[in-house]
Amino acid sequence: MRFAAAVLLAALSLSVRAKETVRMAFVGPLTGGNSAIGLGGRNSADLAVRLRNAEGKSKHQYELVVMDDECKPDAGVQMATKAGSDRTIVAGVTHYCSVVAMATVDTYHRFGLPVIVWGAVLPDITYANDFKEVHRVNGTMINQNDTNAKFMAEHGFRKVAVIHDTTDYGKGHNKYFSQFFQKAGGQIVATFGVTADQQDFTAELTQIKAQNPEALYFGGLTPIGVRIRAQMDKLGLKAQFDGTSGIVNDDFIKALGPLAEGALAFREGAPAEKLPGGRKFLEDYTKQGYSNPPEAYGPFAYAAAELLMDVIDKVGPDRKKIIKELANVKDRDSIVGKITFDDHGQNTVPAITRYVVQDGKWLTWEESEYAAGKRKLTSGK
Amino acid sequence: MSASVIAQYVMNGAMLGMMYALVAVGFTLFFGVLDIIQFSHGDVVAAGAFAGLTAWTLLTAAGVVSPGVLLLAVVISAVAVTALLGAAVARFIVLPVKGAPQLNVLLVTLMGGTVLRECLRLFYPGGSQPKLFPALLPASGWDIGGFHLRFDNVILLASGALLIAGTHAVITRTRLGLAIRAVAQDEETARTMGIDFRRVVLVTFALGSALAAFAGVIDGLYYNEVFFGMGLLLGVIGFAAAILGGLGNLYGAIVGGFLFATLQTIGAVALPFASAYKDVFAFGVVILLMAIRPTGLIGERESERV
Repeated sequence: MRFAAAVLLAALSLSVRAKETVRMAFVGPLTGGNSAIGLGGRNSADLAVRLRNAEGKSKHQYELVVMDDECKPDAGVQMATKAGSDRTIVAGVTHYCSVVAMATVDTYHRFGLPVIVWGAVLPDITYANDFKEVHRVNGTMINQNDTNAKFMAEHGFRKVAVIHDTTDYGKGHNKYFSQFFQKAGGQIVATFGVTADQQDFTAELTQIKAQNPEALYFGGLTPIGVRIRAQMDKLGLKAQFDGTSGIVNDDFIKALGPLAEGALAFREGAPAEKLPGGRKFLEDYTKQGYSNPPEAYGPFAYAAAELLMDVIDKVGPDRKKIIKELANVKDRDSIVGKITFDDHGQNTVPAITRYVVQDGKWLTWEESEYAAGKRKLTSGK
Repeated sequence: MSASVIAQYVMNGAMLGMMYALVAVGFTLFFGVLDIIQFSHGDVVAAGAFAGLTAWTLLTAAGVVSPGVLLLAVVISAVAVTALLGAAVARFIVLPVKGAPQLNVLLVTLMGGTVLRECLRLFYPGGSQPKLFPALLPASGWDIGGFHLRFDNVILLASGALLIAGTHAVITRTRLGLAIRAVAQDEETARTMGIDFRRVVLVTFALGSALAAFAGVIDGLYYNEVFFGMGLLLGVIGFAAAILGGLGNLYGAIVGGFLFATLQTIGAVALPFASAYKDVFAFGVVILLMAIRPTGLIGERESERV
């Protein structure tokens, strides 16, 4: 009897020990001006891992190795090298900032580390090279700017001024928006490239004000977006503020207060609560008691981590096999909708969601009072 | 370009120039009394703005709503903190290495600034994010054609001008100013005349840093935003302005500050390339001017400092 118990115990402990620990990297901006989104992404990826481990069905015990790219290319490459050279790390959920994602693709390729980008929107990240390691679950800025330009044209905006940051990210936004907006019959009255850490925009805005545009398109991230919107008010520049996915987060509203009202932005995918399984995601997220919200790109980080774990469960923790299996991802269900990777590892995602700030919250255009006609966008006149 | 647009540029440039001048005056004061460059000065500016923000946060949490009281508290807290900080920098960083090569002072203050900046980022709650700075001045203004003249900008400009005039008066009209000028001219002789050298140095650092606090608060009120790294570029620009005007000369610092702001505005507005290059342009011109006039625009023609 005693012997039988001992055997049973040994067998049990063996089955527990047999669970091999598999490590995945999460890389995103955890400090600096874009850290709200980075922390939301990290928590979401962490949530996916925790749920998988708690479920207990997997052969593996997953561990998320969290790294901070500070939204800076040099720090990003450092982290990518760290993750790539650590052979115990088999895959990565990587980057929100496009400049960083762009700077690191070579590194991942060199080390053969399969990664899924969870937030960066620059098309070149997947399309400029033919790296089998690099994938992306979210859409690119091409789609969002197409929708943005059409929306502006449909709502009667004819003259638009552009401010973009001079990183690849901002330049890409400028390129695609200007192209689509002119095609839709609009006119770009002025274009300004600014540095990503600029403080004073009064000179640019004064020049824009003299052109009397109906809207100001901003291609960049939250910190300078906040400054530009605030300084527009200081100069009495009354034009509709039209942003990109880079400003869809709570920090933008927190830093601006009432001035954020009516700001527009466009983003791939749908808000979490409207996604298939999104409600459950939010419930689980709340249960874990994270101190930051998942933010706009959390669901993508969650979906990327889920997808990687599915693949690893199937083919085992081997970088080469994972890359091979990721190439076959087609019509796979996830909380951000069906995922299908094209031959560049790019998810051919669907819908773009239109956002507007109403009473201190990002609402989808459809549910806002702006769409209902109860409130009006700024016309600039 | 219409007159109203030009007026707007002048106003924008004047606000920038005033902030730069206030920072540059600090550099020039420190150089005057000790012949040193205090490279953490820009971060002292940021610390001043954050000290003001702290006072505002605490008081609003305690239920104070009057903008006047809040503004006063913001200014007093900013000035007090930076004056102490400035004196501490002098006492614990600069004076101990006095007599060592100039390079050492430059290095220790540069590092001191980095420590200060990182402290703001790490220890101020949410310090790594840009922080909303309250608008405590009346936001109304007048539209004159396309020119939007804001009441708060006028107040900020006027108070900046008063501060600089006040500093000038202190230096030229008071016993303290006399002592500062004496130390600036010849430390040894000043000592033999019975001037307490250490005290003069500490007071000068407190004074220069208090001016930086005003620059920080003006910056916060103007942009309604402060950031832990805001002092970095402000420090470099203030230093360049002080050099440009002629280091050690109060008027030079003011001229340098406004000149730099003018260059930046021209760089952003009148030149054919992207406005992202305005700093490149402004600093480029500074280099050129330095080559033409190595001692600054108002250099040491008479070798009297401060």
